[in-house]
Amino acid sequence: MRLQESQTDIAEGAGYAAEAAFPPFDPTYFASQLFWLAISFAILYFLLSRWLLPRIGSAIEERKDRIADDLDAAAGLKLQADEAVKAYEKSLADARAKAQAVGAEARAEAERQSADEIARMEAELEGRQAEAEARITSARNAALAEVRNVAADVAGAVTEHLAGLTVKRDEAESAVDAVRSQEAAR
Amino acid sequence: MADTNPIKQFEIHPIAELSVGGLNLSFTNSSYFMVAAVALTVGLLALATSRATLVPGRAQSVAELLYEFVAGMIRSTAGNDGLRFFPFVFTLFIFILMGNMLGMLPYFPVPGLHGFTFTSHIIVTFALALAVMTVLVGFGIFKNGLKFFKIFVPSGVPIAILPFVIVIEIISFISRPVTLGVRLFANMLAGHILLKVFAGFIIMLGSVGALGAVGAIAPLIMVVALTALEFLVAFLQAYVFAVLTCIYLSDALHPGHH
Repeated sequence: MRLQESQTDIAEGAGYAAEAAFPPFDPTYFASQLFWLAISFAILYFLLSRWLLPRIGSAIEERKDRIADDLDAAAGLKLQADEAVKAYEKSLADARAKAQAVGAEARAEAERQSADEIARMEAELEGRQAEAEARITSARNAALAEVRNVAADVAGAVTEHLAGLTVKRDEAESAVDAVRSQEAAR
Repeated sequence: MADTNPIKQFEIHPIAELSVGGLNLSFTNSSYFMVAAVALTVGLLALATSRATLVPGRAQSVAELLYEFVAGMIRSTAGNDGLRFFPFVFTLFIFILMGNMLGMLPYFPVPGLHGFTFTSHIIVTFALALAVMTVLVGFGIFKNGLKFFKIFVPSGVPIAILPFVIVIEIISFISRPVTLGVRLFANMLAGHILLKVFAGFIIMLGSVGALGAVGAIAPLIMVVALTALEFLVAFLQAYVFAVLTCIYLSDALHPGHH
């Protein structure tokens, strides 16, 4: 029963489609379609291009500007920070150089003082050495003079004892000198 | 008993009769949906941008997303100087998108009116396509003068085959508004017929009894799947129409570059 009903419905629909033109190609309302399409499209175009799109665009533009400004500000701050770091490093380097200069000066002063001290000590030691050498030389000369006397005495005593000759002191001494000079020459 | 005629949805009924100089300019259900599309677009965008803030809210984000979407589409197809057509392309895109989406409503909440898709009528889509071509030719000649006709003379083609190429280029140029209009029209028409045919199966099977009602589950699943597909098609066809418009308009800006 219900099936029959729906079949009649379909039949009616098909009949309608057959007798009237296929609606999308039916020219009855072409003029109306074009007319209202033109009106609605024109109004939409006008409202969008004059009002809404500039509004959306300006919001986007404003945001872009703001972001660009913020980025610029950040870049400026970074530059400042970089300069501060540079200044800090420079002062640090200056301080280090100054400390090194002070240290070098102190070291030079100390070296100069110690060199003075060493020179003074050396001079003193040399003086003492010269003095000691002079003393040694004089003692040696004295000892050598004593040797000559003893030799002359011994020569006199030996000659007297062996040859029974009394040798004068002068002769003995000259004989000793002659022998020594011969020895020295040889 | 519901009407299962899948063509009925495309019928136009006058709401207010209007005749000017013998022309039938009645305000119809189709006109109603056009005006509704305009009112909805303007209303929603106005609402979304009424309190423009630096950090956008949800509605403003969507409006800006749409804006950037269309602007990006123009930039990538016609270059930065294509942005002079931005309001036109945006209007086309949003108008077609709204028309397609409103067409997805099965019934519009107005007494005596069935759901209607004005983009499923070839006169509408063809008029939109012709508007694009008019802007293309008008602006192209206004900006480039006779150099505009270089679009029919591709660079780097040997003289011997140049006449053939020019003929082919002219034919392809003339076929542009036809394909542009027919593509949108045919997609919307076919999709909506398919939806209604499968919906009709549900009613027919449901009226045969218990077994038929169980069998009606299959077309029901099909209708749900097709509805999802039709939403995709509704967006995609608006997008395709706008992209092709951009590509054609880039010819008006740079004739002889293709």
